[in-house]
Amino acid sequence: MKSLAELQALRDKMKNNMGVRGDDTGNIRVVVGMATCGIAAGARPVLQAFTEEAAARGLTNVTISQTGCIGICQYEPVVEVMEPGREKVTYIRMDPDKAERVVAEHLVGGKVVAEYTIGAAK
Amino acid sequence: MYRSHVLVCGGTGCTSSGSAKIIEAFEDEIRQVGLENEVKVVRTGCFGLCALGPVVIIYPEGSFYSRVNPDDVKEIVDEHLLKGRIVKRLLYTETVEEDTVKSLNETDFYKKQMRVALRNCGVINPEDINEYIAYDGYQALGKVLTEMTPDDVIDVMKRSGLRGRGGAGFPTGLKWSFAKASVDDQKYVCCNADEGDPGAFMDRSVLEGDPHAVLEAMAIAGYAIGANQGYIYVRAEYPIAVKRLEIAIGQAREMGLLGKDIFGSGFDFDIELRLGAGAFVCGEETALMTSIEGHRGEPRPRPPFPAVKGLFGKPSVLNNVETYANIPQIILKGPEWFSSMGTEKSKGTKVFALGGKIHNTGLVEVPMGTTLREIVEEIGGGVPNGKKFKAAQTGGPSGGCIPASLIDTEIDYDNLIAIGSMMGSGGLIVMDEDNCMVDIAKFFLEFTVDESCGKCTPCRVGTKRLYEMLDKITQGRGTLADLDKMEELCHYIKENALCGLGQTAPNPVLSTLRYFRDEYEAHVVQKTCPAGVCKKLVSYSILADKCRGCTLCARQCPVNAISGTVKNPHVIDKEKCIKCGACIEKCKFGAIIKK
Repeated sequence: MKSLAELQALRDKMKNNMGVRGDDTGNIRVVVGMATCGIAAGARPVLQAFTEEAAARGLTNVTISQTGCIGICQYEPVVEVMEPGREKVTYIRMDPDKAERVVAEHLVGGKVVAEYTIGAAK
Repeated sequence: MYRSHVLVCGGTGCTSSGSAKIIEAFEDEIRQVGLENEVKVVRTGCFGLCALGPVVIIYPEGSFYSRVNPDDVKEIVDEHLLKGRIVKRLLYTETVEEDTVKSLNETDFYKKQMRVALRNCGVINPEDINEYIAYDGYQALGKVLTEMTPDDVIDVMKRSGLRGRGGAGFPTGLKWSFAKASVDDQKYVCCNADEGDPGAFMDRSVLEGDPHAVLEAMAIAGYAIGANQGYIYVRAEYPIAVKRLEIAIGQAREMGLLGKDIFGSGFDFDIELRLGAGAFVCGEETALMTSIEGHRGEPRPRPPFPAVKGLFGKPSVLNNVETYANIPQIILKGPEWFSSMGTEKSKGTKVFALGGKIHNTGLVEVPMGTTLREIVEEIGGGVPNGKKFKAAQTGGPSGGCIPASLIDTEIDYDNLIAIGSMMGSGGLIVMDEDNCMVDIAKFFLEFTVDESCGKCTPCRVGTKRLYEMLDKITQGRGTLADLDKMEELCHYIKENALCGLGQTAPNPVLSTLRYFRDEYEAHVVQKTCPAGVCKKLVSYSILADKCRGCTLCARQCPVNAISGTVKNPHVIDKEKCIKCGACIEKCKFGAIIKK
């Protein structure tokens, strides 16, 4: 270790990996439905895409978690985004590409991707 | 990037209750359901709640699972990790309230705690330097080496008010300034990790849970006093601590955080381990240094103090593990932050090892000045089985007993000395009405008799004579004159022993004599042991009107001292009875009494 700057750079890199162990109150929660129906419909790659995309962007205010069946199995994979002080947003029929877009536009940009939400379903 | 971290305690307590198997089971199950790229299993240091081990915390939810069994792991993986459903039946019951799950920090055990020395214990993987770095590890060393002069460092230590956590409470900054003032071509920094007090295990926990904090602080001390070599004297009975220290030193060297020219500052520092072979006296500073030198661990007279002539005759600083664990944070957060905690003369926090007759056996860290009542009743959860709190023993064989009447004492160095005990390393053993205070004093004296190195007469002979008098009293052969003689001998030993071991050895006797003299007198005058512990003074008998003649006691008795026929009251032959108490435990009718 030749300089303090080098140590600080390493710390910032490592801190990102430790984020989940911190206090997550106030975080945006992304919950992926992972019951049998969700997994069968491909929830796992969606969850992975959220995790990876959030890590790549260094988002520290996002907690990614999973849950059981929400009850709308025909719309799986279902992802809900809960932000303190805002209405819950339910995304349906997600896939990894859609997940990337939700991270970019919703989690980072604060703009709900309306076309993926349950409200847009026909 | 892992979305979830499974933290499994790998401290000595949980390791002995099987946490290694739990880790294996988690890794297996996680692999089977294909989550190995999403979920990370981490072996951490001690969480503190040893009574409930093995403990597992799963983040990001922060779910605290207690007393986990390898068979439970599949359920946790399938339900919690795969489907996101917390397994409530395995949660620490304190965290479950009706249908909601509370955060661990809201439970009675953690709510009043303030974790400074233990901040990383149970949080990071102690075998991975990167996790320590993620939590600001080695930042303090970097700051010291690049922005501060040695005098600045000592000034910060002085202003923080940090005092030695090993027991005596000597101001750390002052100690460092003495060592810095000594001029020599070679100086040393030592760490006392020879935690020998029965009932104390906080140093072990720091070494097992956060070894890098100690290494970092030692390097800071080296810079402050002008030393480039450190030694950690750790007892061989702490194999997990030794292993993690070795790993930590290796990783720190590899990253250039120990070794030559750290942070390009020109400062060199390296650390070596020395293993102690289990002598209590080697926790005394001069004996410890003598032992590091390769000699028999015996103390030597002071002065000269180690700051002038210590290890290998060179100026040295010796601090305790817990003291070191505080230092990096004092440097980073400033002396004012540290001195804002605690009492006027005792700053910061103190870790206590709670043991004995208490619900939550484990490690707790509280600000100085917390009352004994808060520690015992609130954090510790009180005395189990509806028994009454009788006394707390602090400071191990060097300390004394605090009676129930002083339970509202604010615990700090000076208050404990004033009531005849001492902080010691922070062992806190809770006793209830079933503990005999004479027996407790005898227990600690037996320990010091065994551990006296024999170099000076007051300790070698004095503690032995003291033990004999205590033994005589517990046998029912003591006299009132013995009590006075004992007290006199105690003062003589205190004033004349060579080192801390002998000087403090009489404390358990003096403090019990002071607060529980009536109990001593009961042994001497009435020849009874009120707590029913001293075997010579108790006898067992069967109440004929309560005995149903079930014969259970007679079958239980290992020496066939109980006779009687079915459905008729039984009788104990007092000549044959060895007073083991097996009968009283088995009797369903409360017919057997001990008095």
